[in-house]
Amino acid sequence: MSKLLQSVTLGVLGSLLMATAAVGAEKPIKIGFPIPLTGEIPKVGESTKFAAEIFKEEVNAKGGLTVGGKQYPLEFIYEDNESKPESAVNVTLKLINRDNVVAIIGPQSSRQAVPAGGVANDNEVPMITPWSTNPDATYNRPWVFRAAFLDPFQAPVAANFAAKQFQAKTAAVLFEISNDYSKGLADFFKNEWEKKQGATSVVAFESHGPKDQDFSAQLTKIIASKPDFIFLPENYSFVALIVPQARDLGYKGPFMGSDAWGSAELMTLCGKECKGQFFSTHYAAAGATGSTLEFINKYQKKYGYVPDDLAALTWDAISLVTQAIVNGGQVSGKVEDERKLIRDNLAKIENFDGITGSMHFDDQGDPIKCAVVVKIDDTGQFTKVDSVCPQ
Amino acid sequence: MEQFIQQCVNAMQWGSFYALIALGYTLVYGVLRLINFAHGDIFMVGAYISFFIATALLAQGGLFGFSQGVTLALTIPLTMLLTSLVGVTLERIAYRPLRRKGAHRLYVVITALMCGLVLENGNLAILGASRKALPNLLEKQIYTFGTIAVTNLKLWVILAAFLVFAGLHFVVTKTRIGMAMRAVSWNRFALPLMGIPLDSVIVFTFMLGSAIAGLGGLLFAMSYPVLDPYMGAMTGWKAFIAAVVGGIGDIRGAFVGGFLLAFVEIMVAAFLPSTFRDLFAFSILLIILWRKPTGIFGLPLTTKI
Repeated sequence: MSKLLQSVTLGVLGSLLMATAAVGAEKPIKIGFPIPLTGEIPKVGESTKFAAEIFKEEVNAKGGLTVGGKQYPLEFIYEDNESKPESAVNVTLKLINRDNVVAIIGPQSSRQAVPAGGVANDNEVPMITPWSTNPDATYNRPWVFRAAFLDPFQAPVAANFAAKQFQAKTAAVLFEISNDYSKGLADFFKNEWEKKQGATSVVAFESHGPKDQDFSAQLTKIIASKPDFIFLPENYSFVALIVPQARDLGYKGPFMGSDAWGSAELMTLCGKECKGQFFSTHYAAAGATGSTLEFINKYQKKYGYVPDDLAALTWDAISLVTQAIVNGGQVSGKVEDERKLIRDNLAKIENFDGITGSMHFDDQGDPIKCAVVVKIDDTGQFTKVDSVCPQ
Repeated sequence: MEQFIQQCVNAMQWGSFYALIALGYTLVYGVLRLINFAHGDIFMVGAYISFFIATALLAQGGLFGFSQGVTLALTIPLTMLLTSLVGVTLERIAYRPLRRKGAHRLYVVITALMCGLVLENGNLAILGASRKALPNLLEKQIYTFGTIAVTNLKLWVILAAFLVFAGLHFVVTKTRIGMAMRAVSWNRFALPLMGIPLDSVIVFTFMLGSAIAGLGGLLFAMSYPVLDPYMGAMTGWKAFIAAVVGGIGDIRGAFVGGFLLAFVEIMVAAFLPSTFRDLFAFSILLIILWRKPTGIFGLPLTTKI
């Protein structure tokens, strides 16, 4: 069979079979996703999976990923990390040892990405966490990369924006003590705010546990300290509880949020109480153009709602991995060699134009990219009000 | 001072939920000497049932499309009824067969634990992990006195807890069925000889406990409108601890224990770093149990489980 005929047959077969990955003779490239399909942040897992499914179907419809003249279908394996750090470690190990994946995308939240990153690094498997913003996830781990900006960058973005927008002099912080993301961002924010506004300008610094539903004690304390605004580096499910409870206790001031607010589920849970608040994030769906808009349209057509920031980041993370595979120029039969090749080529990518903006990578594997601040408008849309780029 | 009063109000509301759940634990324990560990999850099921009823009744352009007030008035009895059926079902398929076979109490307790896990994971499998938000059933009003703020919902919750306690106390001490319940608790084996239908009394106990849990679930879903399948586990365990500290088996004990736990939790978070809340809260409860191992209202019994 001629080469041309073969690729035509493959293409036809591929488009017929779509994502069944049974295309051709080449073995599929396996990528693992340890993501939170249940637990505290299930919508995060769902968004990740949905974005990945669109990517996979698109590539496999074309016959697979072309590496060194041959086409390899993609196979994505999703494992549930239950939004828990210990489960994230377990499923990451399972993906590495049992499923023999060549790369890992996820976990999303720093609470799981920090421990899972250690596992990936020790086992010499390349990992990209799309959404984790805590520096520890990639710090001193040559095998671990990320697609999101870092909290030491996000904290000043939020602090400067709040100071300007609310003309605030004092701030209060409420965070989740057992969550690396929430705790880390709260600390960075406190440092930043006190550096700018003086030593006692963070008037309340309160925490809560992972299963809490009642925050009245902490909020009463916060409200009594009369802050100009409350900074909430919290997952969206907590935001939906904290904001209304603060209103019930008579708080009338504004809230400033962080990128973990940006789930598609925030507005269904929080409703009108969250409207008018601001948070810093990775991209704004309203007003997007170019390839970002293209992605939003594809996602919305297939799943019926606007993709959130981590769906977009997941897309970018998968693009980075597949680009590294393509750049490698070959798919070696041995999993260990393939993993090493992908890592080396990931580390070589210096500039990347993703749908969450262009980024370039520093020597820790962290992208340097812009952040946006969005406002939740009266229709529940996240509208961009400011964009901050690193100097 | 105003902050202290506000924290007391917070504790009263939070304690109402502990009290409502703890009453169910204590009722079943008092009658059957069985720790119904599935009770926290029955509470969770109650919250979900209220979600489905409220959504169905409120739905615009749906079958009913009732107003908020009518929906709330219908949701309360329907939630209590359906949740009590869940409790009775558990009793029928899980606990009664074991009782018939004369299984040791330990096995029934383990069965209860497993029933709780089945409810949690069954919910997860059927409804998915996505959170549910209860539609708004009560137009919120915030009353402020100086810096103290109370919503109408909080007042209703506290009032409901007291009414349920008073009602339950009346049923157990003043009615014939209450007398029968106390009789089961006293000696289960002599009871049929006196012509009292044992199974009916036990079913009634489960219905009562689960209906209260259903009401608690509805009020909880209204106060904290983010529902997930594991919401009952932690709150349920804490309510169980509250019931034990109060003296399990005694209705006053569950009621006082629920509020005591909430006061300790809230006050620790209010006046000490909130990081240490559970550490201090449970250390205080430990000291209470150490001084009085059977709880505040409890009577010494040789075998508890």
